[in-house]
Amino acid sequence: MKIEFVLNDKKQVIQVDPASRLLDILRDDFELTSVKEGCGEGECGACVVLMDDKAVNSCLIPVGNIEGRHIVTMESFRKTERYKVIEESFLEAGSVQCGFCTPGIVMSTESLLRENPKPGDNEIRDALSGNLCRCTGYNMIIKGVKLAATRGKGLW
Amino acid sequence: MKNCISKPINRVDAPAKISGKAKYIGDIHFENQLFAKTVRSARAKAKIVSIKTPTLPDDYYIIDKNDIPGINRMRTVVSDHPIFAEDEVNYIGQPILLVVGPEREKIYEIVSQIKIKYKDEAAIYNLEEAEVKKAVFTEYSYSKGEPKATFQHAERIIEDEYRTGRQEHIYLEPQGITGDYKDGCMYIYGSLQCPFYIEGAIQDVLGWDSDRIRIIQSTTGGAFGGKEEFPSLMACQVAVASIKTKRPVKMIYDRDEDIICSTKRHPSIVRYKAGLNKNNEVVALDIDIKFDAGAYSELSPVVLQRGMFSATGVYNFPNLKVRGRNFMTNNVPSGAFRGFGAPQTIFSTEMLMHNIAVKLGTNPLDYKIRHLLKRGYPTCTSGKIRDEVKLPEIIEKVEKMSWYRRKIGKHKKFKGVGLSLFLHGCGFTGKGEATIKGKIILKKNGDTVTLKVSSVEMGQGAETCLRKIVAHTLSLPMKKVICETIDTGLIPNSGPTVASRTIMIVGGLLRQASLELKDRWNDANEIEISKTYKHPDFLSWDDDKFEGDAYPTYSWGTNVAEIEIDPVTYEIDVKKITAVYDVGVPIDEKTLEGQIQGGIVQGIGWATIEVMNSPKGKLTQHNLTDYKIPTSMDVPEIECEFIENPYEFGPFGAKCAGELPFVGAPPAVAAAVSNAMSVPIRNIPITPEYLMELDKHED
Ligand code: FES
Ligand code: FES
Repeated sequence: MKIEFVLNDKKQVIQVDPASRLLDILRDDFELTSVKEGCGEGECGACVVLMDDKAVNSCLIPVGNIEGRHIVTMESFRKTERYKVIEESFLEAGSVQCGFCTPGIVMSTESLLRENPKPGDNEIRDALSGNLCRCTGYNMIIKGVKLAATRGKGLW
Repeated sequence: MKNCISKPINRVDAPAKISGKAKYIGDIHFENQLFAKTVRSARAKAKIVSIKTPTLPDDYYIIDKNDIPGINRMRTVVSDHPIFAEDEVNYIGQPILLVVGPEREKIYEIVSQIKIKYKDEAAIYNLEEAEVKKAVFTEYSYSKGEPKATFQHAERIIEDEYRTGRQEHIYLEPQGITGDYKDGCMYIYGSLQCPFYIEGAIQDVLGWDSDRIRIIQSTTGGAFGGKEEFPSLMACQVAVASIKTKRPVKMIYDRDEDIICSTKRHPSIVRYKAGLNKNNEVVALDIDIKFDAGAYSELSPVVLQRGMFSATGVYNFPNLKVRGRNFMTNNVPSGAFRGFGAPQTIFSTEMLMHNIAVKLGTNPLDYKIRHLLKRGYPTCTSGKIRDEVKLPEIIEKVEKMSWYRRKIGKHKKFKGVGLSLFLHGCGFTGKGEATIKGKIILKKNGDTVTLKVSSVEMGQGAETCLRKIVAHTLSLPMKKVICETIDTGLIPNSGPTVASRTIMIVGGLLRQASLELKDRWNDANEIEISKTYKHPDFLSWDDDKFEGDAYPTYSWGTNVAEIEIDPVTYEIDVKKITAVYDVGVPIDEKTLEGQIQGGIVQGIGWATIEVMNSPKGKLTQHNLTDYKIPTSMDVPEIECEFIENPYEFGPFGAKCAGELPFVGAPPAVAAAVSNAMSVPIRNIPITPEYLMELDKHED
């Protein structure tokens, strides 16, 4: 089946089995390896990308569903000013250990801050509840997101 | 005043990880690569009668025991796990063969056509059955003082039993290894903790010398012990496959497969007989430790040893008898997991002390304080506590921070507070460090210094901290101190990345080398210094009697947990953990806080929601839907502080830190639950069902 969508600001037309997982298309066909597979069943959030600015688990999305959609991965998001603020804040707050969860968490953070540029503690916890992290215990991630929201005032 | 080494810096590995540029093994493409999928035993214990495989299309291969040129066993402490099953299988998930080829879909199709006929045999599914059948892998014991006579004269004898559950690591990156046989050499790439363990394992399996083997670590997405011995097995499998196919062979597990076949924390049962004197102090203790090692022994003997040597916690029991047994069951093998046997016995002993205190009607903290170890006291193995024990300061600080005493007095049902005291033996157990003799190299080239070690970055912050030790000593900026790639062809063997030994042992060697380099800095443009670990003369250890200094020193800590229990669902909500630690001197407060926050949350998970059952040898929970780990919604506020207590032989005074935080959280949470419900807690995980049952009996 032919699918047309926008990936990291570039229009793409691909010929695929519509049942293939978006995750596999991104990793295997487009070599966008910032998108990770931690569970393959929608539980861990390592595969989170933005679909029309919303955080989605790419392992749960059949490519048949992305016709006409805008998909953004870290590969393009990391070029933005907003990313720089998140990176700095995560560094400073110690939000990263093994890093396998991190790109997904950055994507969820972007999606949250777009919707709510001044989130409270509980709103952050809620927004990240689909992103598992086994290393940090989360509190230092929450701190990083808060810091980003303060620092990046006006960017979101 | 705080030591200035402790002042937090940003992690050196973080930018690549945040931006998604860091390459984990699944992200690395190998020219001409093939994929591998493992066909596993569906039976807990059986003879393999026959294996029927379909005719394979071109470019597809089956790799099994017949392809192994050397020894079909994975080298570790006890090298008993077959790389590929021979004529029998001993657990569900045991690897039998690999299907290898270029297309994953096709591989799955071939796998589904493979028919294995088994002849089932009587299996052992849990510790109770194993004890009845005397299926013992290892049995150890040691004693101190006069336990027998003391029990005879004891005023009061208390007997009790504690249990802890199986735990899965859930490193977020599942296991993955690639083997590439090229120009007569074997290159292994992957997510791993112990490059030289793998090198040794490959040597056995291929029958090669180490000079033809290179182990290269890719960015590793968490490990916690789960990537200590297990990757050796996968590495041997892909190595053999790559030799047969003459192409790189990549094997990445999905989460289900990872959970089904990878090692777990040993389930345990610990039985006590405590003899009390007329002041109600425990003066004699008999501890009987049972670990479920699963189907193969592997690392379990050393896990059991640490469990046994940690079993007295922070207390001085003058008369002691400790027995430890690893039992063989037909469960997935147990292995290394943060804490390495100590969390099980420390939990049990902490709860024993707590429960005795409550039974006697005393405040658990006061009761514990009456038994504390002090400098100069003998350790449980009749070694010596050589360094100052700052538990009194630690306790004072945690009380000020948490108002523990005031809160425990204000008892309300479904709301509780609990406290744990704990320690962790730093570095390898017994003669471990003396045997491995870790080696490091420091190389100056102009104004840059390269450090060569085999301690890996796996999320814990090793790279940042080791570089910081060198940079700080030489007064160089961090960017002028770099780490050599983890590639066994380029680095010396400084030992595995385990046992919280990286900072204290390997960092200690780097500190020595840096001091020497500092002296010689202007001698030449290029200087290379290597250092080999020397075990301090004053430490003695008898490995047959288990007598002497099991560890060179200890790190210490306390946790206060505040919890609430839902009166309807009986779910535990941990509200706050207040923690104080003595880890010598923190090398980096931010990295250390990361270890603490993460370790505590992992410990809370083990104590509350992480349930992993294996009825009839088959795991009930084998994906992240069934096996729940804490999410951002579940974690408490965590406040932590440090008490400095510089250790003479650690770099800048640092001791061990990575495992310690895990050890302390479970008994604190359990004590808080016990406080909230007025029932003794003896088992973790504390499931709602268990709690409801306890509450019912209370009424
Ligand atoms: S891989 Fe998609 S949620 Fe885990
Ligand atoms: S940093 Fe390792 S899983 Fe989050």
